[in-house]
Amino acid sequence: MTVACLKYENKKSAIVKNFLLVVLVIALAVAPLFIKRDAEFSGADALAEKAITKINAGYKPWFSPLWEPPSSEIETFLFALQAAVGAGFIGYYIGYVRGRKKRNSEDIS
Amino acid sequence: MFLQIGIVLFLLIITGLIAPASSHAMHIMEGFLPPTWCIAWAVFTIPFVVRGLFSIQKTIQENPRLKMLLAMAGAFAFVLSALKIPSVTGSCSHPTGIGLGAIMFGPTAMSILGLIVLLFQALLLAHGGLTTLGANTFSMAVVGPFVAVATYTTIKKLNRPQWLAVFLAAALADFLTYVTTSVQLALAFPAETGGFAASLVKFLGIFAVTQIPLAVSEGILTVLIFKTIAAYSKEELQDLNVLSREA
Repeated sequence: MTVACLKYENKKSAIVKNFLLVVLVIALAVAPLFIKRDAEFSGADALAEKAITKINAGYKPWFSPLWEPPSSEIETFLFALQAAVGAGFIGYYIGYVRGRKKRNSEDIS
Repeated sequence: MFLQIGIVLFLLIITGLIAPASSHAMHIMEGFLPPTWCIAWAVFTIPFVVRGLFSIQKTIQENPRLKMLLAMAGAFAFVLSALKIPSVTGSCSHPTGIGLGAIMFGPTAMSILGLIVLLFQALLLAHGGLTTLGANTFSMAVVGPFVAVATYTTIKKLNRPQWLAVFLAAALADFLTYVTTSVQLALAFPAETGGFAASLVKFLGIFAVTQIPLAVSEGILTVLIFKTIAAYSKEELQDLNVLSREA
């Protein structure tokens, strides 16, 4: 009984801890939007492009992408798709190993 | 935990989507590295990629059931490198997701997975580039995973907790990837006054400073996902000698 209790308490504190970590990650992503209200939040590589032209005004890119997303909406869509495919597989994997572990522990008992 | 990771990824995707759209985000842009540097970085990178092929082949041959976990490491890199997150510098960047796989499968295995992610982004998203693929693979998929593994083993040897080793490995791999990017650009574009050093400071200001909060986020997310894997796929991690048998 005490063992079960202890296990339950451990699980509860782990959930709280994980929840706080998740909140921290979200805060790290959202805080800049408030700290730097007036910033443009353009990509760091766009800034690097500017820096390069400043250092070497004569530099011309010698190759351009074979295909570019025709609009920023389509680019956003493709990035979201990339994230969704990856997140989908991670979810599938965790569900799979979770079920496998449960089945194995049922087999033993 | 499963649900929490889902929620956090969902929210990150949302913040990524509502943040003002930029032309592109990270890595060295197509055509923005002079040809000699493109070739040089590609040559440096090839041996790691070749070793990575053998490394993955060996892992899978010895233990076919690790295929799923390997795919999961790839998926993690895929998600994280798609998330352009705002940073305190007022610009955006994205994490790499490389540390997790490097801890589990070794550095060169991630050279392959990182290359695949970069190739996808270069071809379909005009993000990074084909000519700069060598340089970008070197920073993200060679320097990144080697830093992760070195950090992880050092912290473990010092008998520090597992979570700290995972956190620092992932965060430092992420951060040093972009430090490498800055070095690569500074080498190719030394400033007229001040040369390499002046350029390096400039590019570090753009890439590395932006990356600091993102590296912390990546460290935390990697700890969360690692804990989940350790809870449900303990045997796989034991096979990979990431967790010891008696633990």
